[in-house]
This record gives sequence, C-alpha cells and structure tokens, in this order.
Amino acid sequence: MKTEDSTRATGERIPAETTVTGQKRLERIREAAFNIRSNALIQAEVQGQGYIGQALDIADVLAVLYADQLALRPDDPEWEGRDRCLLSIGHYALALYAALAEAKVLPAEELDTYASDDSRLPMSAMASYTPGVEISGGSLGHGLTIANGIAMGLKRRDNPAFVYNILSDGELNEGSTWEAAAVAGHHQLDNLIAIVDFNDQQADGKSSGVLGMEPVDQKFETFGWIARRVDGHDLPALLTALEELRAEEAGKPRCLVVDTKLGKGVEFLENREKLHFMRVAPDEWAKAHQQLKESYEA
Amino acid sequence: MSIHTSTATTAPKRLTSDAMSASLAREDQRVTAAPLGHALVELAQEDDRIIGLSADLAKYTDLHVFRDAMPDRFYQIGMAEQALVGSAAGLALEGFVPFVSTYSVFATRRAYDFLCLDIAEAGLNVNMVCALPGLTTGYGPSHQATEDLAILRGMPDLTIVDPCDAVDIEQAVPQLAAHDGPTYTRILRGKVPRVLDEYDYSFELGKAKLVRDGADVLLVSTGLMTERALEAARALEADRIDVAVLHVPTLKPLDEDTILRELGKDRLVMTCENHTVIGGLFDAVAHTLVRNGSGRQVTPVGLPDEFLDAGALPTLSDRYGVSTGKLVERIRAMHGAAHR
Repeated sequence: MKTEDSTRATGERIPAETTVTGQKRLERIREAAFNIRSNALIQAEVQGQGYIGQALDIADVLAVLYADQLALRPDDPEWEGRDRCLLSIGHYALALYAALAEAKVLPAEELDTYASDDSRLPMSAMASYTPGVEISGGSLGHGLTIANGIAMGLKRRDNPAFVYNILSDGELNEGSTWEAAAVAGHHQLDNLIAIVDFNDQQADGKSSGVLGMEPVDQKFETFGWIARRVDGHDLPALLTALEELRAEEAGKPRCLVVDTKLGKGVEFLENREKLHFMRVAPDEWAKAHQQLKESYEA
Repeated sequence: MSIHTSTATTAPKRLTSDAMSASLAREDQRVTAAPLGHALVELAQEDDRIIGLSADLAKYTDLHVFRDAMPDRFYQIGMAEQALVGSAAGLALEGFVPFVSTYSVFATRRAYDFLCLDIAEAGLNVNMVCALPGLTTGYGPSHQATEDLAILRGMPDLTIVDPCDAVDIEQAVPQLAAHDGPTYTRILRGKVPRVLDEYDYSFELGKAKLVRDGADVLLVSTGLMTERALEAARALEADRIDVAVLHVPTLKPLDEDTILRELGKDRLVMTCENHTVIGGLFDAVAHTLVRNGSGRQVTPVGLPDEFLDAGALPTLSDRYGVSTGKLVERIRAMHGAAHR
C-alpha cells in the first residue's frame, strides 16, 4: 500500500526503482498475494467451508490494490484522502478481510473470528461491522451505483482520490449494474475504476451458461467507458493495466475485466469441480496451505 | 389525455383524467407554487451539503426549481431509479445531504432494495421526496402510490412524512436535512394549497399536532386528508357536530403519546389517509391502541384494498370515499347512528 507521502492523492511520483517492471515492487505484490491467500485459508478453515474458491481467485487483484495501488492509512481507515475500494460481492468478504489484514488495517489475529458470533468479520462484508469496508455488499448490483455517488462527491470536493468497485461476472446480470454504467459514462466519472472478476461461476453454474454477458469489456465501452481485459493472475499485467487505467485521459470511467480461476494457487482446489460454494474436508486444510506454499515458492 | 374518446357529439361532456395536471388545488384556494423546490433552494443557499438528484422527473416533482437555481448542485440520473438511490447513497457517504425525487411508485416499487440496504441500513442522511402519493393522479395503478406507506413502514430507521400542504412542506425541508438519517416524504407538487397557516400550527418532525379541537368526533389524519378533514369539520359546524382534527404528518416514528392522549377522550374516532387502509395510518394507530390495551373503535377512511380505476380525480375521490363531501356524509352518518 502507499502511505500518504507516496500516493497519487498527494500528487507524488512513484520512485524509479518501483516502476511497473521493477522486481522489488512485483515481489512485494507477489508476497502480498500469498499472504492474502494464506489469510483466506485461515478464515475458511474456521468456518469449515465457504467462498474460498472466490477468495483465492481474487487474491492477486487485491494484492495489486492493497499492496500497491490504493492510497490508504492503516491506522485511519476513514482518512479523507484514501482511495475508496468498494466490494459489491459481499460473499468475497474473507478475501477482503485477508487483504485488510495484509494492509494492517485489521489485526491478523482477528481473522480466525471470521463469521463467528459477535465478530467484526461477518460472512458477508458490511460497512457497519468492519474498519476498511466501505459498503455493505451482498445484494448484488448495488456497488457500482454507490461508487457513482462517491465519485461524484469526490469530484465536488476536488478530492483526487479514486473509487474502485470490485464486482463479479454474475453481478452483470443485474440491471442496476447497467443503470450505473450508463450514469458513470454520462457523468464522465473518470475517477471510477470498476474491476469485474470474470471467474465464469455463479450460484447456478457457469456464468456463461446462466446468462451470457460477453463481450463484457465491449459492453462497458459502448456505455462510454475505457475497458481493458487481462489475465487476473498475471501480476505484471494487472499492475500495468490498473496503473494505465488510472492515468488514462480524463472524461471516461474505467473498467478492468480480469479472467480468474476459482481456487487459484491451491492445486487440488483449482482442479476440483467448480462450485459457487466449494467444499473442503476438515483434513484438507493443511494440504491447502502446503500446496499454496509450493505454488508460491515454485 | 382523455381516457374517454366518445364519438357521440350529443352526450354530456364527462370529466377526463388529466395526466399533465400538476396541481390538486381548487381555483379559490390560497396556494404556493412548487413549495418543495423553493424550500430546497432556500436551504441550499445556507447549507452547501445540499444536493438534488432526480430520475427524469425533476420537472414533475418541483425539483426543477432547484435544478434551475443551482444547476451545479443537481444530478440528472435518467430514468434509472436504482442508480438514483445508489448515487445518493454514495454522495451521502462523502458528506453531502441529497434530496432525491421521483414518483412515489417508482421509489418504492422499483428501488426498494436500494432504499433498504444502501440508505436505511447504512443510516445515511438521504431524503427521498416523492410525488403522486395515493390518489393524486387519475392515471391508474402505474402511477398511483396507494401502498407506499405499507411498503416502507417495515423498513427499520426510515422516517416517513406525509405533509398536508405547502406550509408542511416548507417547514419540513430543513428538518429533514437536519435529521441525521434516511427520510421518505410524500410530496405535493405544482400549486399546492396553503391550509395550516390558518391555524396555530407548526410542523415538527416526529410530532402529531391537534390542529382543531372538538367534542364529538376526532379525525386522526395525515397528508392531504388533513385538509379535507379540516374542511369537513367546518362543514359540520352547521350540523352542530363538533369535530377535532389531529394531524399526523410523521407516520414513522409515530407520535404515540399524542395519539393515545387524544384518543383517550370520549369521541367518535376516524383515521383519514390518502393511502390504502392496509399498512398506513389506520394500521399504525390501531397497533398503538391495541398495544396499549385500548379497546376503542376506530373507523378507517382511506383508499380500498384494490387497484384503483383511472379517471378524473374528483370522480375517483368521490368513488373511493376520500373527497371532503364523502367524508362529511360519513361523519354525519356515524354521528347520527351513535346518537339515535
């Protein structure tokens, strides 16, 4: 993560040794991605089941955001100058908590309270429960509409921060997402970056089979957006795309479609039957940690 | 638009529904034009947090007055009610105080999930100001919000206001903004009657007010039905029926103390609302009475549990028993029955 003195919010340039291709910077992101996956496994094990497939698929995106792209202050989650990162898809909560722990917004020791009674980390992410969680997701198709209002509000106050909204391919089924896409294009909300996690999986099966939404990037373009599409596990590609989208010329909202793989980073989960709610047996968690470590060290 | 396209030239001219008519006021009434729009402009001049948003209905909710006076503080969202409410939530998260207009039917039926989760659950200071409540258009069920209060009363933390007239609207606007939470207000648009300034009355958010006292009958009323209740009370002076009117502009939270106090007196009681008799003022009052152990009978005056007809408003108001004339007849009959 950028601290206040190295963030775009204060207009400072990124030091030369941390250019997109800079190994140091990439290595830090890679380590963050490993930590986020590892944190997600810890939470999923407490619950014994859950949205671990999605958490593993979005970990690389969250690593680029929380270890690099977002301006934020770990000890002041409501800092005025922060980039707002909105998670529409409330069920990805364990991934977000994992990222917030990696960014030191949340204490890592709290992760094993995930989805337990009286925890600050409910199964579906809600703003009223958790520091660093900007909105209550869960009912899909809300995040982009709220992101619009935040983008409008930031512009009104000449606040240079950006709004990110992470939404899912399934969420594109919701009409409100397209209401919001039209509004963002019309109002030229160029401080808005939508990230669509295309893992081709939603509650009733493959997204392409439930309700085909392709070509997703072109759809956003026709709504007046700048859109890109990259492999959601290619860290240099993700970093470059997010970096470039942020620097694009003014006047258009930006969309990054990321193609991801459910269970990414844990081999037996990558190969398991793809389900919205993945099953993991009690004796498999140790193996999951082991395979994650192996894929990181490979 | 006329819904009757009779070709008979000799037939007497029938009343027609008028889709574009913005106002309910009669020609002999004192009125204020676009009280919502003007009150909002006045407030926004002092408070730079005030923002206006509409979903292609600024012109028909009186928000165009605000839009034209302060174009840089207004967002046209287009005919997209979900995006409308979500945008308002985002602006409120950034510290602004949005006033959001559309028709009541669209806010409640189309954007309920967004009102509920983005505004109410988040506890944001977003103020929905919505036109065409109840039977205020003859356009039919697509535009008649006859059940909006029933839809919304179950939503936690939402403040619900049904103003009587221009006085209520003008006085409510700054109080809605000052209230740190979500609100929904049923707006009267166009030339809106001024009624309550003839009485010793001021709007207070959350309070019911006895506008007129009387020994025989108590009308507990909300919204524009308070105007009709006051007219009925005056008309019944000739019959020596003494009618009190308790105006309940805030439906939620309900001023239970005042309602219980006024209903504790020995009078015939009717509730009057521009809303279906299910889930609105009558239910709220009955709920309060029952919970407090009162066995008092209350007669509901309101719209029936039906999809209403299209037609001319005077015709429909009579047909459904919510016109002043029908209210007078009903009170007279009830009072007569009680004193036979």
